[in-house]
Amino acid sequence: MAENVKPRIRVPNNAKRGEVIEIKTLVSHPMESGQRKNAQGQTIPRKIINRMSVTYNGKPVFEAKLEPAISANPYISFFIKATESGELAFAWTDDDGSVYKATQQITVS
Amino acid sequence: MSPITNLAREGLNRRQAVALGLGGIAAAMAPLNARATPESARKLLSDMVKTEPKAGKVQIKTQEIAENGNTVPVTITVDSPMTDKDYVKAIHVVADRNPLPGVASFSLNPASGKAEVQFRMRMAETQNIIAVAEMSDGSAWTATREVKVTIGGCGG
Repeated sequence: MAENVKPRIRVPNNAKRGEVIEIKTLVSHPMESGQRKNAQGQTIPRKIINRMSVTYNGKPVFEAKLEPAISANPYISFFIKATESGELAFAWTDDDGSVYKATQQITVS
Repeated sequence: MSPITNLAREGLNRRQAVALGLGGIAAAMAPLNARATPESARKLLSDMVKTEPKAGKVQIKTQEIAENGNTVPVTITVDSPMTDKDYVKAIHVVADRNPLPGVASFSLNPASGKAEVQFRMRMAETQNIIAVAEMSDGSAWTATREVKVTIGGCGG
């Protein structure tokens, strides 16, 4: 489990029904690419977040599969159509199997 | 005195010494060969998307000259109504001169509302970003954009 993996999510507090809104996500993670070498010349093994999955009231709404080319502290933004109030659930999967989760309520009127 | 002769003096016969020498040279060259190429990037894309993509519908917005190869912001937008009958299923992104070609793949559906994603990527050197969008009707569309990189961002 990587230390200090903190997710941050920006979702508009309110949205009108049918409005397309932007969801911004940021998670602190070194995204060790497997390309770097330490002071002894040994390759530092790859360890990245390889997937981010998002559900909206339980239904999958967005998924990203990430490679080592994604920068450290991955920032990903995407859009959803606001249809009903409820919960956005985010899950980031680490190469080591850990899953970091976060949720955000959204009000749609 | 040649290095091969030296190895031979240390108890290896000449043929073994030459093989060791060539192996050493090949190992030293491996990192130089271990980079994506436009061909390997195209192959990765065609492994992921069976349909041959047409140019169009996909827009790649990014820096013309990367300020910092460790984090290059990229926005991919695909022209699509995102309705139940006509939407973008996936967007795949590759880079053609990074250590490895893959960058990211995004899955969307009509609930996305808009086919646009933003992310930040590492770029080792000046190269092309290639994006392919897979549509619900089976068609595929693509765009390419070159980014000039002065300070590479792959730990090298």
